Amino acid sequence: MTGNIENPVVELLFQLADDDYLFSYRGSEWLGLAPHIEEDVAFSSITQDTMGHATMFYRLLEGLGVGVADSLAHIRPASERKNSILVERPNGEGYYMDNPQYDWAYAVARNYIYTTAKKIKIDSLKSSSDETLRDAAVKVSMEIYYHLLHWKTWFVQLFNATEDARKRMTTALEKVLADCGDLFSYGEAATAITNAGLIESEEVLVNRWIEYVKPVFETIKVEVPTFGKPQQNGRNQEHTKELQQAIDTMSEVYATDLAASW
Amino acid sequence: MMTTHLLENDLQAQFEARIAAGDKIEADDWMPEEYRLALIKLISMHGISEIMGALPEKEWVPKAPTLYRKLGIMAKVQDEMGHGQLLLRVAEDLIKPLGKNREDLMQDLFAGRLKFHNVFHMATESWGDAGLIGWLVDGAAIITQTNMLNASYAPYTRALQRICAEEVFHAQHGEAIILALAEGTQAQKDMVQDALNRWWEALLFFFGPPSSDTTGSSKQDVTIKYKIRINTNEELRQGFLSKYIPRIQSIGLKIPDPTLRFDEESQKWIYQQPNWENFKKIQRNEGPKSQERLTLRRTSYDNTAWVREALSSQRG
Repeated sequence: MTGNIENPVVELLFQLADDDYLFSYRGSEWLGLAPHIEEDVAFSSITQDTMGHATMFYRLLEGLGVGVADSLAHIRPASERKNSILVERPNGEGYYMDNPQYDWAYAVARNYIYTTAKKIKIDSLKSSSDETLRDAAVKVSMEIYYHLLHWKTWFVQLFNATEDARKRMTTALEKVLADCGDLFSYGEAATAITNAGLIESEEVLVNRWIEYVKPVFETIKVEVPTFGKPQQNGRNQEHTKELQQAIDTMSEVYATDLAASW
Repeated sequence: MMTTHLLENDLQAQFEARIAAGDKIEADDWMPEEYRLALIKLISMHGISEIMGALPEKEWVPKAPTLYRKLGIMAKVQDEMGHGQLLLRVAEDLIKPLGKNREDLMQDLFAGRLKFHNVFHMATESWGDAGLIGWLVDGAAIITQTNMLNASYAPYTRALQRICAEEVFHAQHGEAIILALAEGTQAQKDMVQDALNRWWEALLFFFGPPSSDTTGSSKQDVTIKYKIRINTNEELRQGFLSKYIPRIQSIGLKIPDPTLRFDEESQKWIYQQPNWENFKKIQRNEGPKSQERLTLRRTSYDNTAWVREALSSQRG
């Protein structure tokens, strides 16, 4: 299984970069549509930070000679992407410019779960055997502190608000958790990545995540979730059709002339 | 009755003296109804326009061609939302004594009682449009907003100071996009020229009609009377033309008006008047994208009504 992994750092960087790139894309689709203006300002700030993280990871890949960052971000097809399934899921029915029927409960549940998982990973990367990953983790963790605070506040508040809100949040959380099977997975590169000491194993991180979210789940009186085996594993380039649609939108202009300077 | 009337007259005279002396008015100060209503109209429209203005640009946020441009346009549109928030807070203080709040402003927008700026009723058809908005629409906004930096209403000027500072970055962001395209491939050059052709009329509309004779109404007279603004619409438009025509031409773009010239004698730009009938349509929310944008905002507002209910249940 690990025979083809030439460079585990590259594998891991692609997973991190593609995760944040798609997560930021889903956030940018929400722009101007959040429940109130203050939230639009905060959410778009988080979205922007996250695109900054993706950019940093793609540039590290560029530094390793893998390809030009913009090209890696924009034109790699879905079949080459290593992001988790969770971040590629649409925000709801409809196109972001035309009748978007987006679900704020889903946004909050996804953003909270994704951000807590990202925090656990980033913390582990701080003691990576790879210096560039360690440095990157330090930069990301300064911003992720605020992202976490933000999504935790929403998550707890909506669960503990009206009966209607709780019902919506429960449904949304179930939907999110059903897609979490590959969130901590490293796919086929797992052994190579952990043997190289780049980050701790999936099992260690999942258990740490459970401990981390436990107090919050107690506050909202919901049982702490466990992740099952992924039905599809995004780390192994298994994706939904929505991913290619997202990539097509993101690269619409760039792809018109790959040689041009924009 | 008589005393109240006299008192009102005194207050009005005092107020006018303060304005004449260049005094600044604060939110809790006494102000004539006419002044309050003019401010509410101006500032709530300004605020809501910043928010509606995110919608035409939003389309190009995910589509921005590079990671660098994506980060730039994300920051820009976030700033615009921030301006909207800042301005609505100023407007909220003004409408509070009338028993109104932000919810009322949103409902006014949906019902067509509160207008959003004419420039945000236009379609954005290419990445060139995204650049042009940053460069020329934000450039135009800097001109109108700078004109009010010394306005008599202090809370508005405080908001404008921050807004103007950020708008300068936006104009630079837009200019950088346009320069990259103008120095690029033929297709990229065509993209900018095409954007300019489509946006030229909107840029002339931006500053509003030269006088109320043009379109039947104009709010510029009362705002000048109370020193909320200094220059007339036409003076601002002339300022914009003087600043940007040389820049537009210097990057090889052609302005789609063969009659355009600078008249040395009057020291004014002579230009083809835009079709003010189109402007009136926009004012009735019948512009190219008026209804679509309002629907987008209304849909999202309705879809998230439950969230606002949930939050207010906790406050109570």
